[in-house]
Amino acid sequence: MTGEDRFLETIAADDKVEPRDWMPDGYRKTLIRQIAQHAHSEIIGMQPEGNWITRAPTLMRKIILMAKVQDEAGHGLYLYSAAETLGVSRDELQHLLHTGQQKYSSIFNYPTLSWADIGAIGWLVDGAAIVNQIALQSTSYGPYARAMVRICKEESFHARQGYSILLALSRGSEAQRAMMQDAIDRWWWPSLMMFGPPDVESTHTEQSMEWKIKRVTNDELRQQFVDQTVPQGEHLGVTFPDPDLTYDEGSGHWMIGDIDWDEFWAVVKGDGRLSRERIAAKVRAWEEGAWVREAAAAYAEKVSLRRTA
Amino acid sequence: MTYEVPEIPGEQTEDPTGHHEEHGWPLWEVFVRPKRGLNHSHAGSLHAPDAEAAVQNARDAYTRRAEGISVWVVPSAAIHASDDSEAMFEPFEDRPYRHPTFYDIPDEVGQM
Repeated sequence: MTGEDRFLETIAADDKVEPRDWMPDGYRKTLIRQIAQHAHSEIIGMQPEGNWITRAPTLMRKIILMAKVQDEAGHGLYLYSAAETLGVSRDELQHLLHTGQQKYSSIFNYPTLSWADIGAIGWLVDGAAIVNQIALQSTSYGPYARAMVRICKEESFHARQGYSILLALSRGSEAQRAMMQDAIDRWWWPSLMMFGPPDVESTHTEQSMEWKIKRVTNDELRQQFVDQTVPQGEHLGVTFPDPDLTYDEGSGHWMIGDIDWDEFWAVVKGDGRLSRERIAAKVRAWEEGAWVREAAAAYAEKVSLRRTA
Repeated sequence: MTYEVPEIPGEQTEDPTGHHEEHGWPLWEVFVRPKRGLNHSHAGSLHAPDAEAAVQNARDAYTRRAEGISVWVVPSAAIHASDDSEAMFEPFEDRPYRHPTFYDIPDEVGQM
């Protein structure tokens, strides 16, 4: 049996492909791209929320937000490790992010203008991520699937802490409710765009579905998210910025209006006013941390010399 | 946190493996013992300058929620793996007599 036969058999049997297995170049390339984007998104995603750590309204909210941002760093690390099993180095991935040759989710190119945005991100952005990541737990590449299982376990805390921020605001003053509504108005559409272009326009979907990298299509995931989220919004007493949003009795689904894909493409291509700033902040953090890495390396060297002496 | 960022001009689409030399810290495999009485099992990997730092990083990366009470770190380069092609493990398929279900025991004999 050739490597290719074994690969096809593994995929057909819903088994996992593991790092040392033969795999088509395209499969490996697609995975590196997808896992790297996913990892970069976790890392860049620390910035919009980190922006509010010093201004969280209470000490409890502050330590919760710090724990959440720390989780995002952890998720980035799990994913970089998974990418490395495909033969790409951590340094290379970082280099590609810093030079703009690999992308991260455009959702992080929107600003966090108020405290309510932190609630909206947890509820909507992490909520959308959970829908996506639950589906990815059954992706065909073993290390990626295992990283997803680990991440999904932690992600539910993220969505719930966001919803709890909004619940507190919904029981607050008129001004607090207005702040919450404003955040929902700004984050709703970008959250729906996180699932990517419609199936008919998605260039990657077909091959990725065949290889079982992707198990559920963009539109199916988006619908799942809308169906679970709209009723949660009613409980908060918020409205969604979509006059066409209606419940379809026949299908049992919430139907959304047209997504503004021009905005999506503009933000993906880096027109988002924050995209340059996000990368600059990441590069700056890496450069300013150089002395820490050098000190750790020097200390490791010193300890090893002392041991051999 | 999206997994579908469409390809755009300027994006690197070549295979990025092996292009950039690794100057970073060595890779370590992390094993976590979830609780007393259970084996350490593989949790993932991380980079660190030495074993001591690797243990610290493993604690932060893999046990933020009491997932373990003990960790091992092993340099990834020190792991020798089997050749996972069929030849190595296939012979076991031909030896069903090594399994208890190979033997028919009369029902009257009862549980064995």
